[in-house]
Amino acid sequence: MGKKTVTFADEINSESHETSYTKLKQVLSNKGKGLTDPVKNVEDKWELLPAFLKVKGLVKQHIDSFNFFVETELKKIIRANDMITSDVDPAFWLKYHDIRIGPPERPDTDHETQHNVFTPHECRLRDLTYSGNIYVDVEYVRGKRRVIRKDTIIGKLPIMLRSSKCVLTGKSEAELAKMFECPLDPGGYFIIKGTEKVILIQEQLSKNRIIVEGDRKGLVQAYVTSSTHERKSKTYIVAKNDAKNDKITLKHNSISEEIPIVIVMKAMGIQSDKEIAQLISGGNQTFLNMFSPNIEMCASMNIFTQKQALDYIGSKVKVTRKIANVRRPMAEEALEILSTVVLAHVPVKDLNFQPKCIYIAIMIRRVLMALANESLVDDRDYVGNKRLELAGSLLSLLFEDLFKKFNFDLKLNIDKLLKKPNRASEFDAHKQLMQHGDCITNGFVRAIATGNWTLKRFKMERAGITHVLSRLSYISALGTMTRITSQYEKTRKISGPRALQPSQWGMLCPADTPEGEACGLVKNLALMTHITTDDEEEPLKRLAFNLGVEDVNGLTGSELYQQNVYMVFLNGLMLGITRQPIDFVRDFRILRRCGRISEFVSIYVNHHHTAVHIASDGGRVCRPLIIVENSTPKVTSEHIKKLKQDKMKFADFLAQGIVEYLDVNEENDSNIAIYEREIDYQTTHLEIEPFTILGAVAGLIPYPHHNQSPRNTYQCAMGKQAIGAIAYNQLRRIDTLLYLMVYPQQPMVKTKTIELVGYDKLPAGQNAMVAVMSYSGYDIEDALVLNRASVDRGFGRCQVMRKHVALMKRYSNGSFDRIGDPPPPESLPLGPSADRFNILEEDGIAGVGERVNPGQVIVNRHTPTNLNTNIPVNMPIANAPAIQFTWKHAPLTYKSPETGYIDKVCITTTEQEQTLIKVLIRQTRIPELGDKFSSRHGQKGVCGIIVPQEDMPFTDSGICPDIIMNPHGFPSRMTVGKMIELLAGKAGVLKGELQYGTAFGGSKVEDMSRILIEHGYSYSGKDYVTSGITGEPLSAYIFFGPVYYQKLKHMVVDKMHARARGPRAVLTRQPTEGRSRDGGLRLGEMERDCLVGYGASMLLMERLMISSDQFDVHVCEQCGLIGYRGWCQHCKSSKHMVTMQMPYAAKLLFQELQSMNIVPRLILEEY
Amino acid sequence: MSKRNSKSQGNAERLEQLRTRVIIEKEGVESISSSEFPYHSSNHHQDIDYIKEFIKKFSVKIIRKEQYDMEFDLIGVDAAIANALRRIMIAEVPTMAIEKVYIYNNTSIVQDEVLAHRLGLIPIKADPDRFYFKQANESPTDMNTIVFKIEHECTFNPKAREDETDPQKLYIGHNLLSESLTWIPKGDQEEQYAGCPIRPVHNDILIAQMRPGQKIKIEAHCEKGIGKDHAKWSPVATASYRLMPEIILKKEITGDLADKFAACFTKGVVEVEDSYVEGQFIKCAKVVNPRIDMVSREVLRHKEFEDIVQLTRIRDHFIFNVESTGIMDSEKIFLDSVHILQAKCKRLLAALDHKLREQERDREQMDIY
Repeated sequence: MGKKTVTFADEINSESHETSYTKLKQVLSNKGKGLTDPVKNVEDKWELLPAFLKVKGLVKQHIDSFNFFVETELKKIIRANDMITSDVDPAFWLKYHDIRIGPPERPDTDHETQHNVFTPHECRLRDLTYSGNIYVDVEYVRGKRRVIRKDTIIGKLPIMLRSSKCVLTGKSEAELAKMFECPLDPGGYFIIKGTEKVILIQEQLSKNRIIVEGDRKGLVQAYVTSSTHERKSKTYIVAKNDAKNDKITLKHNSISEEIPIVIVMKAMGIQSDKEIAQLISGGNQTFLNMFSPNIEMCASMNIFTQKQALDYIGSKVKVTRKIANVRRPMAEEALEILSTVVLAHVPVKDLNFQPKCIYIAIMIRRVLMALANESLVDDRDYVGNKRLELAGSLLSLLFEDLFKKFNFDLKLNIDKLLKKPNRASEFDAHKQLMQHGDCITNGFVRAIATGNWTLKRFKMERAGITHVLSRLSYISALGTMTRITSQYEKTRKISGPRALQPSQWGMLCPADTPEGEACGLVKNLALMTHITTDDEEEPLKRLAFNLGVEDVNGLTGSELYQQNVYMVFLNGLMLGITRQPIDFVRDFRILRRCGRISEFVSIYVNHHHTAVHIASDGGRVCRPLIIVENSTPKVTSEHIKKLKQDKMKFADFLAQGIVEYLDVNEENDSNIAIYEREIDYQTTHLEIEPFTILGAVAGLIPYPHHNQSPRNTYQCAMGKQAIGAIAYNQLRRIDTLLYLMVYPQQPMVKTKTIELVGYDKLPAGQNAMVAVMSYSGYDIEDALVLNRASVDRGFGRCQVMRKHVALMKRYSNGSFDRIGDPPPPESLPLGPSADRFNILEEDGIAGVGERVNPGQVIVNRHTPTNLNTNIPVNMPIANAPAIQFTWKHAPLTYKSPETGYIDKVCITTTEQEQTLIKVLIRQTRIPELGDKFSSRHGQKGVCGIIVPQEDMPFTDSGICPDIIMNPHGFPSRMTVGKMIELLAGKAGVLKGELQYGTAFGGSKVEDMSRILIEHGYSYSGKDYVTSGITGEPLSAYIFFGPVYYQKLKHMVVDKMHARARGPRAVLTRQPTEGRSRDGGLRLGEMERDCLVGYGASMLLMERLMISSDQFDVHVCEQCGLIGYRGWCQHCKSSKHMVTMQMPYAAKLLFQELQSMNIVPRLILEEY
Repeated sequence: MSKRNSKSQGNAERLEQLRTRVIIEKEGVESISSSEFPYHSSNHHQDIDYIKEFIKKFSVKIIRKEQYDMEFDLIGVDAAIANALRRIMIAEVPTMAIEKVYIYNNTSIVQDEVLAHRLGLIPIKADPDRFYFKQANESPTDMNTIVFKIEHECTFNPKAREDETDPQKLYIGHNLLSESLTWIPKGDQEEQYAGCPIRPVHNDILIAQMRPGQKIKIEAHCEKGIGKDHAKWSPVATASYRLMPEIILKKEITGDLADKFAACFTKGVVEVEDSYVEGQFIKCAKVVNPRIDMVSREVLRHKEFEDIVQLTRIRDHFIFNVESTGIMDSEKIFLDSVHILQAKCKRLLAALDHKLREQERDREQMDIY
């Protein structure tokens, strides 16, 4: 007791001493921490996030990858293909020395315009390609001398926006504004012929790694997709686990049948059976027993020596060689295949097969292990086994292909020229070099424009690599930039690749995936994800050996599988073994944290495989984490303070070794705490912020952790359809279709992500006062009731702008399109179309600000009537007008059923010197019945009725709702987040501040309720409400407050459609289909079935024939064939002709059958 | 015996309460509808003279009267009447607002439609009584149209500092405000409105932000209209009412509980007083001003007050709040609404008379046959 008092007093004393200090501490950390709390919270550690995004950005992966391609990869490719020689003249050679990409340049550069920079926005407006020249330095032989030429242009490379070659990089907001560029635009896309194109991130299985898979039939195989610059191939080690055939074989595309594995080993020079057995089993009796039948089989096949084995394999090799006709001995063929094609990524230097043998041995061992223990097969869907391919690597594949083709063509041409016996001038290869530029330029443009990647080298043909950058809203643009597609076929109904993988945590967004066929196959990056680029292997190899790795070449099987011996792999290739794996890994990590090696190199231990894996290859997903040592996070509040004061940058955190990047595999080898309180003695890392597991699109949802998960997924799809602000340059853009909101607002309930991605600056929605109640019955099935006064005052008002283009073409005969004067008004026919030319100005183009009605002419274009006759070529230009072209009207008319206003007219020229006229027509749309709205919780609804304000219910303070939402939307959807959003929004409005709804955090419901009570409202957010119709109070309290609502792009004016009579299809004479063709509404098969079942035959007749394609046919009763105008051509008589009605399509069918020698005859009876 | 007595007395009290009060329960509002109308089953005295009763009960008390904001009590009427007045104030009291905008030039970034919409919402200080409604086929005259004009141009400010970034100082005419709406008197409007020239109510409503070289030249026509057609013609920012709150204490609340009790209401509703009870001073809660209570129902949440307190609202005591946009005085808006209601009633009566006479005539004719 006494003791206790003492301590108590002590505490008081110490407190009095340090009052100011503790107070300060408490101010700094708003949660006063108890003394018992072991780990102090790192306050505001989320501040690391904006710091990360400042250096890395949302689309930094794309830009990094492109920069890597331009700065490093290009040079490597050039180095690999740097010589061109001639078959004709052995003295001739051409060598590439260097390659550079110039700044983006205007294609039609003349000297005057060169002074102003070529901006991306000019490309968008003028339909140009944003590309820079590819310069090379070449050295070649001209006559007898060596010539060095610098800065020779061999083509143009489309340049990624905000990459190192782009004019926008490093520019301030003001400078960007001068170039009409939005500072919030992330870049990372290309502009090809005026359209913005994104090269999507491609997901693939990792290359050069062993993957073991099994199927239900007991077949186990290990395979490797080898990928080197020259070759891609897949090698399988197959084990069939049944009684009849328990042999292990090697399978490869270039070998016609499966080869017993022992033969392969022997062919590679390991002739001793004992050595083979040792390499595989390492003395382990079970594996030896499992493997021994293979050795026996080999012996039974009488193959003992390397020569015999090679002969055996050689006889099975598929001969693809056509160029060299000389047939080599089979053994040689086999040796060649084994050294360069099978497991191509394992290098065989000077026929030293040792590394490859061990590699195969390891593969066999893996197969045996998987046979013994089923759980040891690999998970192909594990994110650590995936690689993401970005723009840079795709472009480098394409460039190498194009460059090889370029060189091949160049060589052919040079040979052709050198063959000529006597040339007039000295042969200069430089000229040839210049002539072939279009091959590379067009290759790039075509690939990116169409999205078809065709690579001859790998026989690869992939479609849909690129997407048009969706500019529907700012968020949809971000969404396309972070999208990942996979190569799996969409139609297959497999669940594995589609399922949410636990290893996706923090790397890929769990919510953002489309619904339907691509569900789970198309993914999105999370907020903090980074994708690595390739890194040099050599220094890593050296480092590994310095840290005590024993080289593979000196190893035998017995050493390989000793206890405590771990194999060391670098990018899937075995380096050697280590006897202290834990120390090795620790030292390696220390060196990485010191910055001795790249921060993106990962190292981890796999205890199942007794292996240490080092990875430096490109395409691994990784993310930064705070390092924890001795149960304390290395990042302290001190650091964060410095970060806030701008004294520290994110790079400093990496350099000081307190934050590091982990890829999925290394993450799996770490113990990561999400919160400080979870840190214990085993913890190695601390999450920066848990909400970063979501991506940019899912990050907009307030309180997503309170929602049913599919709702978040729905919102991710809908956030991309919301109308709002698109970019700061939105009013300068002329896009095919542009949706803009007139009065967008930032949400009352924000999230950290919203601030980080800039959604508060380019919002897409409005804060609507929502009353959750039933009203009028026009709100069933999620329909919304809108307040007329709110709509009058501008709620949900949006603008739709559509581009109309007229290209003034030039034709091969010298004629061209022109813009004509509007015809004199008196020459026009009177009637409804009399005002067709009314809005044209003197230049024949509609004036800006004019109202356009359907059918009116926007650009009064004339085309020449004769496009074929040539005018004499030598006709002097001055006389050109003398040749009389005749012109016909080919005006550009306005076709939309709604009137619009001319917003902008852009007159410019394209690359081909043709005049291009773009007219932007704007419609301002007020919300109406049937327009679609949605909150941020996947709760969409259409407007069901618009009610005058006086009929709306009102609260004591006189507030009327903008939107009334039916409460039935809640129980089944379970979007609790929406309710909390409403509560937080209401509290925010009353307190006059924005609230946060950040995932796994945000303003607490309790605090929100307290604010409500303080301001005289019910803690529940439910208000006493008076009916606007009766004037009496409603008997229930109404959940009432602001919710952020998005207007979606689906609006009734674009969809409504009805027709009485209208166009018909030419062939069948049935009504056309679809709204755009003013089509009819089809009475389909199922509807027909109903009528048939009901027996409504006359109605059927009416629907299917009379109202569709009724046709009078003349049928000959005698022969049953269809005649014409009362005459049977078959009977040559008009005697038995009868007129009857049938669908034209039926008549057409009969005639088509006749044309294929089937005679349908009609047998007629009285009806 | 006494128990039953008190019970029946309680019943009567309860009935009286149900008749005159709206009862605020924890999870809903009880007795929301009035039974104060002839031939309702609960009315025992069928021969009651409603008119007399009404005159006795009815009163209007003005609580707060500022030019554009006013609070008054309307006591002794049915919710239907109060609501009718509210509805008329919002939707049927006419004002003048810009309806037609003729755009001669607009090179600003605000699109023509949006500009016109924004102009329409600007309240115009003009007495609507002195104008006629303009019919669709009518041409504008000085009796139905007010003309405004904007001619605005933004230019660089030559005096601005070189490194100035504030657009306000960098440019002249950066903000186009409602003060730029200049009234063009037509006909004899100049003399007629010499005393009170027509102008926008507020001079600082932002219409558009501009940059040097941009121009706006506009002629805007105001017409008379009502809020039913478009919210811009509504004379009120809002007009609404609430019922007079009433807090019934069934027991005295003393001690610390009193403080807690007071905290459950809007500040000033309940005061804690020291009262002298049984030889000592005890804190005691007293309902002082139930009028300002926001009825947050916070008390009902606490168990300790469960049977002690009852929240009700007086059914026929409407606290009106009329907040004018500034076009008309709040008082006038209310009076106009009464006049409009009167006119409507008269029209209805006339129509009823007409119908009645028609029926009588029919009957007479029937008799003839």
